[in-house]
Amino acid sequence: MLLEVENLTRQFGGGRTLTGRRPVVHAVSDISLSIDEGRTLGVVGESGCGKSTFARMLVGLDQPTSGSIRLAGHDIRGGRSADGRPLSATVQYVFQDPVSSLNPRKTIRQTLTAPMRHLLKMDAGQRERRLDELMDAVNLRPEFLDRYPHEFSGGQAQRIGIARALAAEPRILVLDEPVSALDVSVQAQVLNLLADLKRELGLTYVFISHDLSVIESISDEIAVMYFGRVVETGPGSTMFHRPRHPYTGLLLRSAPVPGQRRIHGEPKPAELPNPFDPPPGCAFAARCENARDDCRASVPPLDIATPDAADPESGKAHVACYHPLAEKPDKNAPPTP
Amino acid sequence: MTAAAATAKEPPRARRPGAWALFANNRLAAAGLVILVAIVLVALAAPLLPLPPPDITDPANRLIRPLQEGHLLGTDQLGRDLLSRLLYGTRMSLAVGVSATLVAALIGSLLGLIAGYAGGRTDNVLMRGIDMLMAFPYILLALAIVAVLGPGLMNALYAIAVVNIPFFARNIRGITLGLARREFVDAARLSGKSNVAILGTEILPNVLPTIVITMSTTVGWMILETAGLSFLGLGAQPPQADLGSMLGEGRKLLFNAPHVSIIPGVMIFAIVMSINLVGDGIRDLLDPRLRSGALARPAARTAVNRESVADAPREENANALLALEGLNTRFEVGDEIYHAVNEVDLKLNAEDCLGVVGESGSGKSVTAMSILGLVPTPAGRIVGGRVNFHGDDLLSVPLERLRTLRGGAIACIFQDPLSSLHPLFPVGEQVAEAIRAHQPLSKEEVRQRTLELLQLVQIPNAEQRLSAYPHELSGGMRQRVCIAMALANDPEVVIADEPTTALDVTVQAQMLRLLNRLRRERNAAVLFITHDFGVVSEICDRVAVMYAGRIVETGPAEDVIHAPAHPYTRKLIDCVPVLGEQDRQLDAIPGLPPAVNRLPEGCAFADRCDRARDDCRVGNVELAALNKEGRAVRCLYPLVEGAEGSG
Ligand SMILES: Nc1ncnc2c1ncn2[C@@H]1O[C@H](COP(=O)(O)OP(=O)(O)O)[C@@H](O)[C@H]1O
Ligand code: SF4
Ligand code: SF4
Ligand SMILES: [Mg+2]
Repeated sequence: MLLEVENLTRQFGGGRTLTGRRPVVHAVSDISLSIDEGRTLGVVGESGCGKSTFARMLVGLDQPTSGSIRLAGHDIRGGRSADGRPLSATVQYVFQDPVSSLNPRKTIRQTLTAPMRHLLKMDAGQRERRLDELMDAVNLRPEFLDRYPHEFSGGQAQRIGIARALAAEPRILVLDEPVSALDVSVQAQVLNLLADLKRELGLTYVFISHDLSVIESISDEIAVMYFGRVVETGPGSTMFHRPRHPYTGLLLRSAPVPGQRRIHGEPKPAELPNPFDPPPGCAFAARCENARDDCRASVPPLDIATPDAADPESGKAHVACYHPLAEKPDKNAPPTP
Repeated sequence: MTAAAATAKEPPRARRPGAWALFANNRLAAAGLVILVAIVLVALAAPLLPLPPPDITDPANRLIRPLQEGHLLGTDQLGRDLLSRLLYGTRMSLAVGVSATLVAALIGSLLGLIAGYAGGRTDNVLMRGIDMLMAFPYILLALAIVAVLGPGLMNALYAIAVVNIPFFARNIRGITLGLARREFVDAARLSGKSNVAILGTEILPNVLPTIVITMSTTVGWMILETAGLSFLGLGAQPPQADLGSMLGEGRKLLFNAPHVSIIPGVMIFAIVMSINLVGDGIRDLLDPRLRSGALARPAARTAVNRESVADAPREENANALLALEGLNTRFEVGDEIYHAVNEVDLKLNAEDCLGVVGESGSGKSVTAMSILGLVPTPAGRIVGGRVNFHGDDLLSVPLERLRTLRGGAIACIFQDPLSSLHPLFPVGEQVAEAIRAHQPLSKEEVRQRTLELLQLVQIPNAEQRLSAYPHELSGGMRQRVCIAMALANDPEVVIADEPTTALDVTVQAQMLRLLNRLRRERNAAVLFITHDFGVVSEICDRVAVMYAGRIVETGPAEDVIHAPAHPYTRKLIDCVPVLGEQDRQLDAIPGLPPAVNRLPEGCAFADRCDRARDDCRVGNVELAALNKEGRAVRCLYPLVEGAEGSG
């Protein structure tokens, strides 16, 4: 296991004020996941479900309230990896908004050399060589180095964001919605680039997105998040063919597919539970067709799902649900065009 | 992929007016600068000029009027030459004012940077301290400080500087606070930079313009305040001259010898005035919004300059509800012309849902905004075509008629609901306003109708939500409110510009379901702009694909998606991953669309098209009918039937 996350929890607020305690928001609750070297973990969920908070903790931009993150067996709490180097020399981050992740008053060269200088302690000659390699790796012309961010299109800016992350020679890239701000044609360019880089450099990805088809196309493993928790995990190749958690099922039924008229909106408008006052049981109960009394009593744990006889991979699936979806592939599986 | 980089066009470097040109354009600021430079030069040159010493008294020649031999501006009550005192006094006042500004800027900005960057407790402690400073009336605080330190010019300088620190601290803190949460600061942290390095090399360069603006707009006041303290006898001590003390001494002689006080008074006025004019000029210069002209107020409707217009709609559009014919809209920015919309034809009948698909910048929004004249002028201009609504040309109807149509018979829903909702009014009030603008109803009827509308778009607890503010609602709820407003006056046409793009899939699914139902129940036609063919399949009957401001393919949605005829449509469909097809290689489109201010000759897609031949790059490729079902394609070598996969 290259990266292991155990019972990771992050709460915001809760500090003392003059008039008492500030309310606590549970952004991420009790997440346990692990990922092998060279694999891609896709994390999917809707806005506000805690994806970014989770991602930021993985790179040390935020600290967990409780729980642990281990990198090759070493707890990263101190912000350093096992060899004593800063965490960001091993785990790097690609931001959602390519333009705002670049300082408007710095040239691309200045942005890209910072990690080499501060994390890798390279000298000027090494930096120049590495810059050329990087620009080549992300398919950008070297003369772009002396330009400012506003001179780039979104797709080019995101390549620069990827180059900045790669500059530190990391083993893991955490990508937080890296293609969501891009046009579909450019999105495909960036997704293909990421696939090439992963193959060439043997990288490990944690890829976060709200787009199910993007997640499915890139992930070896998928984790579905709802309201701060992981509600289902499973192999990328089968999870969306055979969803087990009712929320995963709802997501799949809501995603439009070209050439088909198939989505079923929920009959009544759905709202997330109040994050200041989470329900005692399953957070999805108010929207769930399978909900029964036990669902509202206690939070369902993420357990190994009942394996399917037909599917050898299914032993790897986990689901946090007391009454998971039955095997009805005709209704819930994504359509074959 | 390397080809992608190679063919990627460099973004055109927009030609915006240069800094100096802008400054010189601002007449007042330029005049201020001339006066200020003149004053500073003369003050600096004072020791070199043939002037009598400023502090030597000569009782014999006291209170000489101006314009006398040897004393151009006369003398004061002690017989000292006023011109000389004026110039030395100006030197002194400028030096003290500028030094006080520098001190205040340095300390204030530092405090602001630290408070804004550190946040939390540090911020709290620092800013409460600043608040305490600000709680005292301005001049009282300065007086108190001088009272403690004792009178004298240096002490006055400190007092003025201290009094102005909060001003800098608050301004800079606000900006730093915003910057410190920006992603590039996180990126710098992940690049291994320390906090001090981030503050100094990432944040400071972005704050510097604000510091300069604040300095240039406060230095005038600081000079005035220094003069004030000196006037009260707390600043410059006799015999030293500064403008304030000269004014103070002259005050006693206001009636006998007014020139003694008027002359320094005029100088103070000239200095403060010119500095403030220059300061405003600098502020305008450094404010990026002013540079791009974004603060210019748009006209009530888009300017229309058509060389020739048809008198009536084309025959095939005679009975159409809404028909765009040969619409041409462009933006003129500096010497550049952006051809945002070129020769666009669209037709919409009652109950139709027409999807307009394309990447960002392809002209979808400008097409939609042209219909109601909402393209911002000055830059925007409609230069050709007709927009027929029931046969009338909307581009030439009177503004009054257009106003009743907007939000009445033709309603709009935009991508970002927050941009169409006012943050300070309850949503119920805003829906009611949309009704009142078009229907003369009583108060109770309006309330009833508002409630109905909110229930129609399925807002739970509509009655209580009437008084909710936009920020209290989720994104999906806000978009429902916008839909309610759009439906307020039973529109015949709803223009929806990416109304679900910012929403989550489950919310999008509900919204599409809602729009579909409303369209059928209320017979409204919908012009639905999106970039997602999945959404098109879900709700549109027909679709038009736009590329570089032109429609490149149109036809029944199902046919176009199953068998696209234009190579661009094919690629646009193939570059999106599809659920359930994990192993598909994404067919990325190399390169970028052409900039619409440099459209190539021939087919705009030729540089990215693998079917392109030489004749694709010459002349004009027309939108040609493909079959009788209204399919048309703008391509010389369309993908014909059974050609899937050859694209
Ligand atoms: N206010 C404006 N000033 C100058 N150019 C503009 C303005 N608004 C839009 N444009 C240009 O018009 C073209 C079409 O834009 P738009 O209709 O917004 O595209 P879409 O909606 O398809 O993303 C783009 O090239 C854009 O840069
Ligand atoms: S635990 Fe119960 S409420 Fe929650 S998803 Fe499963 S069935 Fe639905
Ligand atoms: S006209 Fe030629 S270049 Fe343009 S899309 Fe058709 S084949 Fe390609
Ligand atoms: Mg748009």
